[in-house]
Amino acid sequence: MEDYGRILVSGIVAGSLGRFLLLRVDYRQYPSFPRGYITHLMLGFIASALGAIAIPALVEKEYTAVTFLALAAQQFREIRSMERDSLDTIDRTELVPRGSDYIEDIAKTFEARNYISMATALSVSLGVYLTKNIAAGIGIGALVFAAVVYSIRGQRVGDIARVVKAEISFEGPLLKVDGVVLMNVGLSAAREKYLTRALAVRIIPKDDNARATLGNVGQRQAIAHNAATQLGIRKDVDEPEFTPIARRNTESGDIVFAVFSFEPDIECLIEAIEKTPVLESSKRKPLDSPAGRKAAD
Amino acid sequence: MDTSLKEVILAVVTTDKERVLHSAAPVFYARDRKEMERVALLLSKITLGMVHDLENGCLVIVKH
Repeated sequence: MEDYGRILVSGIVAGSLGRFLLLRVDYRQYPSFPRGYITHLMLGFIASALGAIAIPALVEKEYTAVTFLALAAQQFREIRSMERDSLDTIDRTELVPRGSDYIEDIAKTFEARNYISMATALSVSLGVYLTKNIAAGIGIGALVFAAVVYSIRGQRVGDIARVVKAEISFEGPLLKVDGVVLMNVGLSAAREKYLTRALAVRIIPKDDNARATLGNVGQRQAIAHNAATQLGIRKDVDEPEFTPIARRNTESGDIVFAVFSFEPDIECLIEAIEKTPVLESSKRKPLDSPAGRKAAD
Repeated sequence: MDTSLKEVILAVVTTDKERVLHSAAPVFYARDRKEMERVALLLSKITLGMVHDLENGCLVIVKH
């Protein structure tokens, strides 16, 4: 029997390190809970251990040990629902909620990161077993890690659309941005605040795919949430008129968006919106279908 | 779990009694535009609803 210690340890270390590198805790993904770090690092460690143990088990013809991988899949699904539940609970107390689409997207990302951790550990242990060299194994693992992370990286709103400054106006009580009605604001004091201090943008989709994607209500809620968290929102629970709303111009498919933010800096608002991730669940590709392509021209 | 009605008119504030007939929501009469906005603001703070203008001398407070 071979000494599997090197294979196991290098696999587990590489996988855990991968999970650590992916532990991006920022305003978009999660509030920075120290306890959240521990949970995810430990789950990443477990994932790597499961990945690393697969090769020695196969070499020893312990085929039943591979069923451990099925256990892993179950484990990761748990992570997804854990994230979903906790974000859902937090979302109720947000001034501008993330919305269920954004939450689902974040939960999916957390699940996927554990698979990456496991795949990295698996490829490192395979590399060490085949080459009998830890450095070579880690090199192979790093390549697999980079390739997977690169291939699952998502698009951002800035990739599929142009974001430009827009004008706020009122027609009677109707709040309009570049001519598109957002809502009916009844109080003249609130109207005055909108006219003097609010920011507005127009999001112009680059093609038909982008137009369909941006039309999704969940995607628009994600944009509103990101803009509000990054620029700060001047609103309290008893001021629904300052809820940031993104509405669609049904003629052109453009999205208009107004927000009453703490920082009256249009450049930052545009940047915050451009950096908003395109949610997997809202992504539409009508141009990939024959009918959609034909209809587009 | 919280349960509440949404998109419902909670109250009407008007300067013109003729404009509101049989209303399910309570109606508050105001003498002028200024008083109407003030009453609507106070009601919206109590109900956490939003004030909308119907442009016919009526403001409605709606829960969203």
